[in-house]
Amino acid sequence: MNALIAVLLTLVAAAGLVTVMIREPARQAIAVGILGVLLALLFFVLQAPDVALSEIVVGSVALPAMLFLAIAKIRQDEAGGEDEDR
Amino acid sequence: MRRARLIVGGLGLLMVTGGLVWAGTGLQHFGHVHSRYGTHLAHAAVPQRAATNSVVAIAFDYRGFDTLGEEFILFISVVGVMVLLRAIRGDADPRKGVVQAETRQASDSSRWLGAAIVGPLSVLAAYVIVHGQLTPGGGFQGGVVLMAALAFVGLGGEYLLLLRLRRSATLPELADAAGAAGFVVIGLGGLISAGVFFQNFLPKGSPGNLLSGGMIPLANISVGLEVAGAVLMVLSELLDQRLMGARR
Repeated sequence: MNALIAVLLTLVAAAGLVTVMIREPARQAIAVGILGVLLALLFFVLQAPDVALSEIVVGSVALPAMLFLAIAKIRQDEAGGEDEDR
Repeated sequence: MRRARLIVGGLGLLMVTGGLVWAGTGLQHFGHVHSRYGTHLAHAAVPQRAATNSVVAIAFDYRGFDTLGEEFILFISVVGVMVLLRAIRGDADPRKGVVQAETRQASDSSRWLGAAIVGPLSVLAAYVIVHGQLTPGGGFQGGVVLMAALAFVGLGGEYLLLLRLRRSATLPELADAAGAAGFVVIGLGGLISAGVFFQNFLPKGSPGNLLSGGMIPLANISVGLEVAGAVLMVLSELLDQRLMGARR
């Protein structure tokens, strides 16, 4: 194991911890995107470019986008539940 | 009660930790994996299948049947999401909400970024899909890149464009279904011509050429279509839900 792998493993662990520790869903979605990018880098360094290519798009674009849309919808519903005119 | 839960939880934690440590001692050393089957396939991919990317040769040829199963896991989960979300939507027309979205347009910078990145990303997606048998990449990777390109259309504030794409031609549905069916047809081609499901039935070509690897490029294209269509369907359905306004 070389230094680059050690650094990336530490960063991935830290990003995972941060994602869990943040309690606000929208910020969590951003944190999980950053975790996705770090994981992709780790896969690339571990000589798995095929997996890294999928992870970088799914982890940093598709998953946060779906989370954001779902969070937006939930907030909208909650706001609608309080206002009668919505 | 609390004491009993602590004891049960502690016992479980102890067993899981012990099991993990025990399992960890049996692992191979980091970075030194010796798999006879893996080594054999890595050496066989170029002479047998004319595919320089052995990962894709394994996924779409040697283990094509496994990939078929994985493809249908994605297909069925997307159908499940669609059934749920469309039942919630009912007969409501998402276009009614578009007026509301237009007044809340994205900022100029994100519109420009979206417009500038769609073209290059689409080209990259096509490149990754058709070069799957040569370099790292392939149908799944290219498919998600294609999906990302189209998602940037939404990010650029072009809700209307994305909606029209989905409403009029139901393009993602078509791509999803055609991609899933295409992969089965490729497998059946092997069954018909050679008597074995997913047996290669096309000329192999010479390694390193764009047209090489036999049926692998075709399989990559159909999986790319399926993946892009599937993820885009989920994203645009979620977008519709967002545009419909609050449910009462």
